[in-house]
Amino acid sequence: MRVALFITCVNDTLFPGTGKAVVSLLRRLGCEVDFPTAQTCCGQMHVNTGYRQEGVRLARRFTEVFAGYDAVVAPSGSCAAMVREQYPKLVRPGSRGAAAIAEVTPKVYELSEFLLDVLKVDDVGAYFPHRVTYHPTCHSLRGLHLGDRPTRLLQNVRGLELVPLPAADECCGFGGTFSVKNPAVSAAMGADKARSVLDTGAEVLCAADNSCLMHIGGTLSRQRTGVRIMHLAEILASTEASSQGGDAQ
Amino acid sequence: MSATFIGMPGNFPQNAAKAVQNSQLRYNLRKATHTIRGKRANVVNELPDWQELRAAGKAIKDDTLRHLDRYLVQMEEAVTRAGGHVHWARDADEANRIVTRLVQATGESEVVKVKSMATQEIGLNEALAAQGITAYETDLAELIVQLGDDFPSHILVPAIHRNRAEIREIFLDKMRPVPADLTDEPRALAEAARLHLRERFLKSKVAVSGANFMIAETGTLVVLESEGNGRMCLTLPETLISVVGIEKLLPSWRDLEVFMQLLPRSSTGERMNPYTSMWTGSTEGQDFHLVLLDNGRTNVLADEVGRQALRCIRCSACLNVCPVYERAGGHAYGSVYPGPIGAILTPQLRGMSSELDASLPYASSLCGACYEVCPVAIDIPEVLVDLRAKVHHAPAERAGMRVAGWILNDEVRLSKAQRLASRFRKVVPKRLPGPLSAWTDTRDLPEIPEESFRDWWERNERA
Repeated sequence: MRVALFITCVNDTLFPGTGKAVVSLLRRLGCEVDFPTAQTCCGQMHVNTGYRQEGVRLARRFTEVFAGYDAVVAPSGSCAAMVREQYPKLVRPGSRGAAAIAEVTPKVYELSEFLLDVLKVDDVGAYFPHRVTYHPTCHSLRGLHLGDRPTRLLQNVRGLELVPLPAADECCGFGGTFSVKNPAVSAAMGADKARSVLDTGAEVLCAADNSCLMHIGGTLSRQRTGVRIMHLAEILASTEASSQGGDAQ
Repeated sequence: MSATFIGMPGNFPQNAAKAVQNSQLRYNLRKATHTIRGKRANVVNELPDWQELRAAGKAIKDDTLRHLDRYLVQMEEAVTRAGGHVHWARDADEANRIVTRLVQATGESEVVKVKSMATQEIGLNEALAAQGITAYETDLAELIVQLGDDFPSHILVPAIHRNRAEIREIFLDKMRPVPADLTDEPRALAEAARLHLRERFLKSKVAVSGANFMIAETGTLVVLESEGNGRMCLTLPETLISVVGIEKLLPSWRDLEVFMQLLPRSSTGERMNPYTSMWTGSTEGQDFHLVLLDNGRTNVLADEVGRQALRCIRCSACLNVCPVYERAGGHAYGSVYPGPIGAILTPQLRGMSSELDASLPYASSLCGACYEVCPVAIDIPEVLVDLRAKVHHAPAERAGMRVAGWILNDEVRLSKAQRLASRFRKVVPKRLPGPLSAWTDTRDLPEIPEESFRDWWERNERA
């Protein structure tokens, strides 16, 4: 199966380890992975901050770059939700843009969806001997309705102890530009989320979105809690061999 | 006398920044919203057909809005036929003038009030006070707000920001008569308010209400309440004046059944509403006036995306699940409509010319919890994003977003920007200057990697 990796601009720029993890994981599962280098950003930041024109330009680029692939896999619930849920609202129904969007969006998957729904794998053969808690990010929970897909995958990771996160379905307070436009409320939400994470006694906080993890992790780090953040892909890519080599990142 | 929100200075981020520091407020709000949130979840989850009910509620309201012109005329005819008088108010001023004139015509200088969002929206109490007419709120929470010379901070529970110790102090300070040995036991507080209010109900000749629903088919108005104060106001006085937003219509009696299930479960978390009053026109010896209020609603109706806000039945479920509301509190929104619904309703009703109103569409992390609980399926995040595209953006932000858009719209430019960041990765300060300090004030920055993913790919895969 010919799979295109949609890395997302945040991962590309700040979290390349997540992209590498997706590549190694998908290859391990027998996929041929391509990275169309003309890709940049889905346009979510611009659209959701009120800059529709810039956002639409980026959406158009996305549909052109990813046309023709069997599947497009994104290690981000938020960016996948942007493409699937919001792209159709950016164009006039019946227009050429609408047709292009209708063509590409059904093939766009968040990583755990692709693993479980397309590859039909719930045990990816990973090994990660740590205490982990999982935060379901809002767009993966209420946008894509990922349900228990990510935790099913985590439960099958050897050595991994999955501890439930209290008030897991509450937003962490990132919200894209919300984090800097409403910093006080964002930080207050982040503080409560960090406390929930600490209550679990987990070493690692895992999620399907590095943007939310960047916010919660930045809060945890500022408080010197010693809890580390890891994208779902990085845990699923970990094997006995890689764990002996130290941190996957 | 409770003050009006109209013309409130500041903006949401500033107001919220103050509110998050208030430990009492944070504690009160967290406790109250989580309690109601849990009650709602229990009674909603027990209904197997909740999603169908929700879809029906949405469909009925959409039909009403599509044919609002027809249903409004039908309503006017039915009320008039049943002996009531119908008045049309274009805006707040006109509605206030109509009500003031009607009260003056009775010769009275006091009115009792049933809890009503529409009369708060138009600042009726203040307008009446300016003409020497005193309006007494009879809903317990509204009474607390009024006595405390305070603003409401929630649609359903306007005094949610107050705990019982604070309420006791307000009662001892402002309410007469009041028992000298008043404790902060909820039962004692309610009993004291009851004693105080009973006198008002028996004395007052004029009452002012809103309505939860108006049924076009029969001309019936419906008020749902929990304390019994409503039925006192709706039955005892000689004159009843109801101020109702034009979107409160339902086409027929059959439609009401859907909302009698949706509203109590969504708002108070009850299976059935405790006190439901319905009336059609006037009874002998009593006068009934219906003031139909537009006040910006027609403009909202004209907006293809934003019009769904008019489906709102003021249940407050969105407030009770909103993480932003829970921390910022209702006052930060500077409107009688706080929380997620307020963030889309206020800017549409009032416009976005003030700094406060322009900041409201951004008072959300777009987490989607509001949409999930809304009993009439208002896609609040969708409307927020749409409003954000209509706000006047600050020039500096606009310039920054344009540059970001320019870089992101070309992979070579993006790659160059990434390499530039990587080159300076070791000298990025821990605390960023200017607007970016909003991030680093409370959060560490992620470490910038030595190379971007795309550079790694080029190096490894293209070799």
